[in-house]
Amino acid sequence: MFQLIFFSILNGLVYGMLLFMLSSGLTLIFGMMGVLNFAHASFYMLGAYFAFTLGLHLGFWPALVIAPVLVGLLGALVERQGLRRVHGFGHIAELIFTFGVAILIEEVVQLVWGRPAKSYQVPALLDFPLFRVMSSSFPAYKAFMLVVAIAIFGFIFVILTRTRAGLIIQASLTHPQMVAMLGHNVPRVFMVVFGIGSALAGLAGVIAGPVLGTFPGMAQVLGSIVFVASLLIGIVQTFAVAMDVSVGGTLAAVGVPVASGGALHDLWKVTIAQVAPILPYVLLVLMLIVRPTGLFGTRET
Amino acid sequence: VSTATTRPFAGAGVAHAARARRYGLWVAAAVGLLVLPQVVHTGTAIAIMNQMGIAVVFALSYNMLLGQGGMLSFGHAVYFGLGGFIAAHVLNLSGRGAIYLPVPVLPLIGGLGGLAFAILFGSFSTRRAGTVFAMISLGVAELMAASSLIFDRFFGGEEGITTNRSKAPLLLGLPFTRDREVYYLIAFWLFVAALAMYAFSRTPVGRMANAVRDNPERAEFVGYSQNRVRLVSFCAAGFFAGIAGGLFAVNYEILTAENMGLTASGAVLLMTYIGGIGSFVGPIIGAVVFTFLQSMLSDYTGMWLLYLGILFLATVLFVPMGLAGVLMLHAPAWRARRIGRLVGPYLLTGALALVAAVGIIGLLEMIHFVAVSEGAGTTKRLFWMAIAPRTLTPWLAFAALVVVGALGVRWTAPRAASAFAQASRPPVAVRAAATGEAGL
Repeated sequence: MFQLIFFSILNGLVYGMLLFMLSSGLTLIFGMMGVLNFAHASFYMLGAYFAFTLGLHLGFWPALVIAPVLVGLLGALVERQGLRRVHGFGHIAELIFTFGVAILIEEVVQLVWGRPAKSYQVPALLDFPLFRVMSSSFPAYKAFMLVVAIAIFGFIFVILTRTRAGLIIQASLTHPQMVAMLGHNVPRVFMVVFGIGSALAGLAGVIAGPVLGTFPGMAQVLGSIVFVASLLIGIVQTFAVAMDVSVGGTLAAVGVPVASGGALHDLWKVTIAQVAPILPYVLLVLMLIVRPTGLFGTRET
Repeated sequence: VSTATTRPFAGAGVAHAARARRYGLWVAAAVGLLVLPQVVHTGTAIAIMNQMGIAVVFALSYNMLLGQGGMLSFGHAVYFGLGGFIAAHVLNLSGRGAIYLPVPVLPLIGGLGGLAFAILFGSFSTRRAGTVFAMISLGVAELMAASSLIFDRFFGGEEGITTNRSKAPLLLGLPFTRDREVYYLIAFWLFVAALAMYAFSRTPVGRMANAVRDNPERAEFVGYSQNRVRLVSFCAAGFFAGIAGGLFAVNYEILTAENMGLTASGAVLLMTYIGGIGSFVGPIIGAVVFTFLQSMLSDYTGMWLLYLGILFLATVLFVPMGLAGVLMLHAPAWRARRIGRLVGPYLLTGALALVAAVGIIGLLEMIHFVAVSEGAGTTKRLFWMAIAPRTLTPWLAFAALVVVGALGVRWTAPRAASAFAQASRPPVAVRAAATGEAGL
């Protein structure tokens, strides 16, 4: 039982940090431009696919660097050529635009890489169990994911709070007009931030691809979860995921019925494992009703 | 941008003429719906028209939210699907003789089902507008998608719920076994629903929906609760989406959880937006065009959604008023009887755009062939030709088409634009009156 909970929490932590990498870019973009980027998870997917193809020719390590850069450039291009044009039509139009981009990226991925999942493998260098607790082992690659995510977290933190560029970005977040008056090119700052956010998503894709699978639906699987994560960014989510996995996993085996009888026959045999996938969405809806500013800071649309 | 046709300063005679023209349009639509299956009567055509009719009702109901009420929903298919599931279950009950309910009334049951769930979900989601509303609708859609795995009895799991419309009792001895008979049922409900939705947009609450969309704060000061106005629109939209779902259940006799998933919700957003959210006819045009393209393209390529996605993005970027909006822009030229002058420049630009499109499609299809279908022969049929994507020639040819078409459009588009500006200039007398100058 201890080993189950221990590994569930570790796995939850890895998954939570991955979600953090995704949602940090999303939050950055939203906070700055007020754009809820529907295509964010699609950039994550592109990162995995780029890394898969690059990895075939160059190996995993160059791909780890090149793929996020490519995704970031693509993100900047989308902002420059698309989003900036739609910006004048309001937030709804921007949301619709990013929704269209998400559809398009998913279709292009199917066009180029096909529908079946790709066998994007963990690099040989990291393909060994790191440590062993009783009968279960913890793969080194997951530890690597954790390290990368923490490094990125530190990197963003330092950039945003300790550098001049970070200062400009922070100022553009709250006082775009004032920053423009001081002679900074705010639209270009937006473009760069969008690019960096996309690159972060791409990096998350590169390191998550081998573990969570590289297939055309991977963006949709994670898309809504990322929004939830953005709402509860940080420790809470990590714990929620850990609880989700551990409690759900344990009780699924036992098959505990939550409710019994009643007019709705199916409620009778509902297990916690079945409820688990619903929980994030219930949470999402509840958060949005009760505290929509949780994610969005003080700005409300 | 609502469809206001009454002008405050127009005389009584003009208003009367406008009203007569409006009634005339509805009568013409009804006659058209009745005559259509006599004109195009192949089995496929009827099947596609049935699909179109359902899509039109669905898209119109969606535009009550997006266009009329300014609410962007990513989960409108939830009400379509739930209405459909309820209708399918009621049809099954009716077929077993448990209740008496003939097929023609069934869409109404679907509508009531959609309404019930719209009241339930709308009660909390319409308390917010804008981005937060959109996110809640997404959350509700995901919630229902996840719930469909739990409620096996109701949603039928992977294989969905099947039903049989021929087992239900008859009304006035009308059978619904063939597609053609179902067509008339769909046409009837399409007409009734469209008329009702149009009427709704002209009621005070429909007008208030526009006001809340444009300026919620001011609407509150006038004395209306923006939440309640949004809720009423939301419920009405859910009701008509449920009617569309009921029609779907009658037409296809099967419903799966996919019918209320994110993809279905995305499709209705696409068709409504392509058609144009600014006017009442926009979603009708969008649904017809979308369904037509979908059924045509899916015969030839597995990537129909890619092409429709490109069309959608192009609409968002370049013509946010949609197809109907583009048509509306030509009303002044039409009134000035100068529309004929546009045919030449438009045909030229259009032909060049078509050349570029052929090139793009060719390149995309070849990429798909080379990248995915490895080892499946060396030639591919494309545009009624056998093409060898593994040789250089077709790539150069299609790339050349793209370059020629794109350069040509760049060169001729300004001319078409200036021809449009010329044609839609008001007549000299009106211009003089507007600027206060004496005409020559």
